[in-house]
Amino acid sequence: MTKRVNTTKMAQFGSDAFAAKSFWHNGPAPGASYNFPNMRSSSGEEEMQRSQTPITTGTSVLGLKFDNGVIICADTLGSYGSLARFRDCQRVMKVNNNIAVGVGGDYADFQYLKRVIDQKIMDEHIADDGFALKPKALYTWLTRVMYNRRNKFDPLWNNYVVGGMQEGVPFLGAVDLRGMAYQDRHIATGYGSYIALPLLRDAADKNPNMSLQQAKEIMEKCLEVLYYRDARSFPKYQMAIVTAEGVTVSDVLEVKSNWEVAHMISGF
Amino acid sequence: MAMTEGANRYLPDYSSHPVQHHFSPYSDNGGSIVSIAGDDFVVIGSDTRLSSGFSIHTREQSKLFQVSNSTVLGSTGCWCDTLTLTRLVEARMKMYEHSHNKVMSTPAIAQMLSTMMYYKRFFPYYVSNVLAGLDTEGKGCVFSYDPIGHFSRSDYRAGGSAGALLQPLLDNQIGLKNQEGVTAAPIPLKRAVAILKDVFISAAERDIYTGDGIEIKIITKDGVRTESFGLRKD
Amino acid sequence: MASVLLAENQEPGFSFENCRRNAFLAKKGNALPKATKTGTTIVGIIFKDGVILGADTRATEDTIVSDKNCSKIHYLAKNMYCCGAGTAADTEVTTQMICSQLELHRLSTNRDIVPVVTACKFLKQMLFRYQGHIGAALVLGGVDNTGPHLYSIHPHGSSDKLPYTTMGSGSLAAMAVFEAGWKPELTEEEGKLLVRNAIAAGIFNDLGSGSNIDICVIRRGSVDYIRPYETANLKGEKQMSYSFKKGTTAVLDVKTVPIIIEDVVVHHTGEAAVESMDTSS
Repeated sequence: MTKRVNTTKMAQFGSDAFAAKSFWHNGPAPGASYNFPNMRSSSGEEEMQRSQTPITTGTSVLGLKFDNGVIICADTLGSYGSLARFRDCQRVMKVNNNIAVGVGGDYADFQYLKRVIDQKIMDEHIADDGFALKPKALYTWLTRVMYNRRNKFDPLWNNYVVGGMQEGVPFLGAVDLRGMAYQDRHIATGYGSYIALPLLRDAADKNPNMSLQQAKEIMEKCLEVLYYRDARSFPKYQMAIVTAEGVTVSDVLEVKSNWEVAHMISGF
Repeated sequence: MAMTEGANRYLPDYSSHPVQHHFSPYSDNGGSIVSIAGDDFVVIGSDTRLSSGFSIHTREQSKLFQVSNSTVLGSTGCWCDTLTLTRLVEARMKMYEHSHNKVMSTPAIAQMLSTMMYYKRFFPYYVSNVLAGLDTEGKGCVFSYDPIGHFSRSDYRAGGSAGALLQPLLDNQIGLKNQEGVTAAPIPLKRAVAILKDVFISAAERDIYTGDGIEIKIITKDGVRTESFGLRKD
Repeated sequence: MASVLLAENQEPGFSFENCRRNAFLAKKGNALPKATKTGTTIVGIIFKDGVILGADTRATEDTIVSDKNCSKIHYLAKNMYCCGAGTAADTEVTTQMICSQLELHRLSTNRDIVPVVTACKFLKQMLFRYQGHIGAALVLGGVDNTGPHLYSIHPHGSSDKLPYTTMGSGSLAAMAVFEAGWKPELTEEEGKLLVRNAIAAGIFNDLGSGSNIDICVIRRGSVDYIRPYETANLKGEKQMSYSFKKGTTAVLDVKTVPIIIEDVVVHHTGEAAVESMDTSS
């Protein structure tokens, strides 16, 4: 409504290039009140219920830098509330030859954004100009996508962990559903930030330049501990490794676990 | 997920009622900024902890953004808003430089920042900004903001999660408030940096969102110099 | 007359007389004052010869640290200690009350030591009666004639009997360390190191926990209460001194009230009286 009033006004004076712009652009017409975005309108016709809760979800994603690359891990469970519903939801993804992404949160939102990212890569391929998307570019792009959706109060309910090689140097960054982002040597999302991150920090402090093999062992330990304590986790996982040689996403692997302690518990 | 929300974060699983996910566009990611201006310099420091709820995201997040050779913006609060706002400021700086063939002065950046903040009056950037730089005469100046664009110039300012803890300390030590027998004199750079480090040590003792380390930027007519300093990590 | 204003013999137990009023006021927007919550990491493990309890020493009020070195491992009996997380007052008073009850129980049953399971029952039965309103989350550990025992007790009165357990806001970080490193039949040295690492994980990764590490080792017939076991965080060294010169505080007004000596009385006492004077206080 407001917009139409403004355009008719502009049509009257718009021909004069030197005329002052309206004092409050997009403001209310004289006598009218401002039409606030995201406020319930009295007419009710603009009301819309947006998806504001995740449905099928993936739990933690782990990321760790080692001396010449990055590892990203996530299990393959798609939880439907507390139901362990989909047992082969792969959520570690190779983007191109120097980027891997791990995703937690709503699986539908991930599939939507995966299509967009895949299309970006395809467009780039078609351009055939010798340029390839770099991890930091994807990471920054993700912050904008997530932030813009948050501004619409319609977030993509995901956590993204971006890993890759940027000018020969390992890159690891995380983006959440609000577009909040940071980079670090080690990243864990969801329950992983409470359970796995302390282990990752401890390992990285003790061994600042760890090898691929050492990094793999720490990741496996973290996944094992998460399997013991995160009720939405699963013993099957995938591991993506990015080095200067390229990206490899593993087949679905199995967590080694030991439940002997369970037999030692009796009584309450 | 009851772990992350509400006042009872200390007890992860003890409340068993079902939780309705409600989306809040804001989060409090903590962090503090302190800036002190002198006659021909200004120093600005921020801690390097990025956190939310009871967890630390990273211990090495700079919250200072150099927008020109004589201006640094410190921004804390809702980190996604900080990222967006500072990127926009950087873009505006480039646009200004390309159209006017000169770098924007600190007071001009201060006014621009206020305008950019007030533009979002009804969906604000939930951030606490402190802008430090040299003015057109080369004097140090500090501008501080509320989330919707009110700003004022001062000689020293503490902002962010420990802002309320530190400002009275600065009032006493730099503003020389509530003291008898003291004569106001321009603060030397060395003293400004020492006080800046000391107030952060104090903040890290009592504010859970301040810690890990600080990054200090010292702005003089010769440009911007960076120092860092460790804080407790608990 | 006094009894009209204040009961001379108070009823035992809590006073609930203002609950309805407070609920009404809360609904009107007058919130109750906040209690000190010890956002905490507390842990316990069983090792070869007994039990080791551990705790951090930070107490918080919202985002402010209210005590940098508080004690969270409470004494229950000579063979039992109890770590407390949650509302500071509740953990403190609950453990004190159970401590008294255990001693009375020990005397009335004419035993040298009371079993740990008795303390667990006392605690959970009390907490259950208050339906979670007493916000105490406890890790109870001790050694009795049947060996070492470790319990965790939740505010609503449920309990677990476990070989290793953690509680408080840092419980996930600490439990990660236990899940990665605990094994049966740990030696005392291994056990202490594991507990230290678990508390350190809480201190450095959970903002509700911090400062130092306290450890309590309970064996059959002996206890080592080590406080602090490790000063995990040192306060940064100040660059300057902040002492003020004499006369910095403004003198706004001076008023001299002379003491008028109206009478002088000197009492002479014997030497014996001087000797027996108690100056210890």
